[in-house]
Amino acid sequence: MNDFTYHAPTSLDEALAALRGGGDGAKLIAGGHSLLPVMKLNLASPTDLVSLAGVPGLGDIADGGDSVTVGAMCRHAQVAGSAVVQARIPALAAMADGIGDAQVRNAGTIGGSVAHNDPAADYPAACVALGATIVTDRREIHSDDFFQGMFATALADDEVVTAVRFPVPARAAYAKFANPASKYAVAGVMVADGPAGVRVAVTGASGDGVFRVAEMEAALGASFSGEAVAGVAVSSDGMLSDTAAGADYRAHLVTVMAKRAVEACG
Amino acid sequence: MSANGSGIGASVKRKEDTRFLTGRGRYTDDINLPGQLYGYILRSPVAHADIGGIDTSAAAAAPGVHAIFTGSDMEGVGGIPTGWLIHSKDGEPMVEPGHPALALGKVRYVGDCVAIVVAETREQAKEAANLIDVDYQELPAVASIEAAEAEGAAQVFDEAPGNVCYDWEVGDRAATDAAFDEATHVVSIDVVNNRLIPNAIEPRAAIANYDPATGDYTLYTTSQNPHLIRLLLGAFVLGLPEHKLRIVAPDVGGGFGSKIPHYAEEAILTWTAGQLGRPVKWTCERIDAFKSDTHGRDHISTARLALDADGKFLGLHVSTKANLGAYLSTFATCVPTYLYGILFAGPYTTPAVYCEVKSFFTNTVPVDALRGAGRPEATYLLERLVEKAAVELGMDRVEIRRKNFIREFPYQTPVALQYDQGDYDATLDLALKASDWAGFEARRAESAARGKCRGIGISTFIEACGIAPSAVVGSLGARAGLYESGSVRVHPTGSVSVFTGTHSHGQGHETTFAQIVSDMLGVDFEAVDVVHGDSAKIPFGMGTYGSRSLAVGGTAIYLAVEKVIEKGKKIAAHLLEASVEDIEFENGSFTVAGTDRSKSLGEVALTAYVPHNYPEGLEPGLEETAFYDPLNFTFPAGTHVAEVEVDPETGEVEVVAVTGADDVGRIINPMIVDGQLHGGLAHGIGQALLEECLYQDDGQLQTGSYLDYTMPRAADLPSFNINHNTTLCTHNPLGVKGVGEVGSIGVPPAVINAVIDALRPLGVNDMAMPATSQKVWQAIQQAQG
Ligand SMILES: Cc1cc2nc3c(=O)[nH]c(=O)nc-3n(C[C@H](O)[C@H](O)[C@H](O)COP(=O)(O)OP(=O)(O)OC[C@H]3O[C@@H](n4cnc5c(N)ncnc54)[C@H](O)[C@@H]3O)c2cc1C
Repeated sequence: MNDFTYHAPTSLDEALAALRGGGDGAKLIAGGHSLLPVMKLNLASPTDLVSLAGVPGLGDIADGGDSVTVGAMCRHAQVAGSAVVQARIPALAAMADGIGDAQVRNAGTIGGSVAHNDPAADYPAACVALGATIVTDRREIHSDDFFQGMFATALADDEVVTAVRFPVPARAAYAKFANPASKYAVAGVMVADGPAGVRVAVTGASGDGVFRVAEMEAALGASFSGEAVAGVAVSSDGMLSDTAAGADYRAHLVTVMAKRAVEACG
Repeated sequence: MSANGSGIGASVKRKEDTRFLTGRGRYTDDINLPGQLYGYILRSPVAHADIGGIDTSAAAAAPGVHAIFTGSDMEGVGGIPTGWLIHSKDGEPMVEPGHPALALGKVRYVGDCVAIVVAETREQAKEAANLIDVDYQELPAVASIEAAEAEGAAQVFDEAPGNVCYDWEVGDRAATDAAFDEATHVVSIDVVNNRLIPNAIEPRAAIANYDPATGDYTLYTTSQNPHLIRLLLGAFVLGLPEHKLRIVAPDVGGGFGSKIPHYAEEAILTWTAGQLGRPVKWTCERIDAFKSDTHGRDHISTARLALDADGKFLGLHVSTKANLGAYLSTFATCVPTYLYGILFAGPYTTPAVYCEVKSFFTNTVPVDALRGAGRPEATYLLERLVEKAAVELGMDRVEIRRKNFIREFPYQTPVALQYDQGDYDATLDLALKASDWAGFEARRAESAARGKCRGIGISTFIEACGIAPSAVVGSLGARAGLYESGSVRVHPTGSVSVFTGTHSHGQGHETTFAQIVSDMLGVDFEAVDVVHGDSAKIPFGMGTYGSRSLAVGGTAIYLAVEKVIEKGKKIAAHLLEASVEDIEFENGSFTVAGTDRSKSLGEVALTAYVPHNYPEGLEPGLEETAFYDPLNFTFPAGTHVAEVEVDPETGEVEVVAVTGADDVGRIINPMIVDGQLHGGLAHGIGQALLEECLYQDDGQLQTGSYLDYTMPRAADLPSFNINHNTTLCTHNPLGVKGVGEVGSIGVPPAVINAVIDALRPLGVNDMAMPATSQKVWQAIQQAQG
């Protein structure tokens, strides 16, 4: 790991200033559970790290009636244990509870997760299926526009995610097949029946990151049942392939997880 | 059990846990010496290359750098030796190429040591190492057994044509062939024993010091066997006399065999400290541990079993190819031979057994012992084959085993070993009952109702521990003895220090050995401390591996205590004005038989050190040492039953129950024994379902971090159902056998047999380890067409 300057701003403005001051080499750090591993491997070598830990107002979960807003610095364990999330969107709480292990859940944040957009991360599936809005220091971005392929998002270099707003669905569930070693998603499917209609969003499987399965959504629109999606195969073209799961197996798992998520919607 | 309730048979809480659980353990990396520098080992990023040149100029100029050494600097320093000479079928000795500590002219695996950079800080050393420019002229690599033996394969060593190290055999080939001629049935199987990465929690570390004033070298190192390291490093590599080289293996956080070998880094560090006259410290990073700690297993085998019409085993023929990696690690050559081939009688009366093993060099990390070392490989093959025979012959899986059990002891196997004692029916019966084997079909039906495929699998096994005797292993090629030492020092007021040549790195020796001494001497458990790990404190001993410490080291301690008691009787007889023959020793008191006249151990000890009124001609002091060379191996045995549930949609395998019925000999501390069994079972289930070291064809390690290499976690395991049936070892006084490797030896075939049992209704008849969900799913797909 290279040497870097550590900034501990106490306001969003200070954080933005530090980020701009550091130029190309500056990076935000939230829970550090995605950034530090890549720094240890010298895959990222930022010159400046700007911590969001001391920025006020980023750690709250607010019940907005027809939506729930989760602050960017909320840890996965906080979302999993939140009474508001459990009551309004239990699928989201359960999803957060299935991220990595206890250490990861106590350090990793929702803001870091969506900003990083790891193709095997869980939150992107939840955001897209639920039709969430990503709130930043300067604008609001719908999740359909936010996630732009592996590790790519609509964020500008100096833009800070401040919160994610989830519309409350009528019903939703997440089913994940975890990598046995890392516990990241090999195939994670969030199914939601919400204000934006029925959505099926898949993470972990594709090299392009989160994607929706239109054919499954149509089938569920006609009949919201596990059987309706059980017969819908997704193509293995463009699927990730690694030692734990080849492309065919991943494609197969997407269908199985989709079926299980629908069944879990009750 | 002794009066104090903490003797033999008591589940005393582990003495060592106070320091481990409160963060007060002292591991190698916790040790810092005044004026120390930090070493960073630059490793080869390629599997096979000629080194065209190494430019260290930029690195040497980097901040904080004191020195950089490469292979040419260490040229002439002895290479890293190997501990066991194997002879091939034709009588020729194995090919034994040199192993320079720092690569000389060539690198042979990703992770091979290329240079050491010594700097003020760890970070500076690492940063500077990045500036070293090595001209790697890449050569084709062989990363697997198949690649190594292929026509025209790249050569790891010029002197090893076809990459073969040796082609060994054991057993009577002609007799075995004859058995096959007579057979009614022949059942054959092909199995792969997956390569594993050991992953001790504590990465390797070392800190070396040289004192120019005295000429003394000290090396603190993460080792299971400090004296062995001193012998190899001193006598073979650096040419240092023993009295000038002290090796300390302090608290060690897990070994599993990976901390047996003498590693190149130990030689590099010690030599470098000598060059610089300052202490040099090195701690392996996890990412480097994956590619430099010795790996385990990695066999490809084909075997045939000959049976008569009734299912009696007539003969067994095994052909194995073993991967040794790029260099011969300390016990690399004996693991797939004398710790493997001689196990093939198993618990069965098979009259003719033959095993041949061809071992190969490859451009991969050196392979050495890993928990069980050779015995898991043998047991896996045998128990898969026996299971397959039952299925093919339409016999009951339990009955085929029972029909062939050895019941008369001592039993001479056709592959060298002589079993002294055992009761295989007893452990089998116990396991069947404890696992409710008979009620399985109801559970299968219940799982099926939930859409799951349930299976049950069994393995009945023996293992050979406490490898011995020295004269025999010497005749088989061992370059060291395999005895153990123990010293018992009774202090003037009756507390006791015990010095053992074994080493504890998780096994709980400080507790178990203290229990033995406390029990025998009748002193408080708290009054006994066990000292291990420092060659300057302990008598010469061979260390800990192969489940030997209690059977061999514990026996040495037992014998030393007996000597103490004998001497104590002489002193007591003098004090009590009785004859020595009339003195009895029990519960800490020397008593004149038939009287109430007695002296406590403390009184006797004080007399020994303040010998004012003392037997004439007797040496003062109360301290005795014993060296014990075992008469035979010990033979723990047992039955393991695994029950699994497979999700046919995803291929996921869940281990829902594991039952062990084990005979590990006399149990000193039941809690520690169960802990060892639990750990071993976790290890075995890891191999069966999760762990697999994979290399790309070019020799790059594919599973080089925890992102890809799956260790078993608590959540992957059921609650273990452990049962014991004990027969005593007949040739050591405690009747003990060993327990550290039982789980990793016995359970993998039970798990795989269970997986196959679960999938057989779907048409799946074979499964390779690890039975990952993808592999299981693919097998189902294939079977379903
Ligand atoms: C062993 C392990 C297992 C894991 N398993 C899972 C899993 O199962 N599922 C899963 O989804 N994830 C998993 N993760 C990832 C974990 O959830 C991460 O914590 C998360 O993805 C990133 O959050 P973070 O707060 O740690 O971000 P950091 O690592 O601090 O930052 C990640 C990136 O996001 C940027 N960033 C951070 N916060 C913001 C912000 N507010 N605005 C803009 N940019 C920002 C950073 O600059 C950086 O580029 C795992 C991680 C580990 C180490």
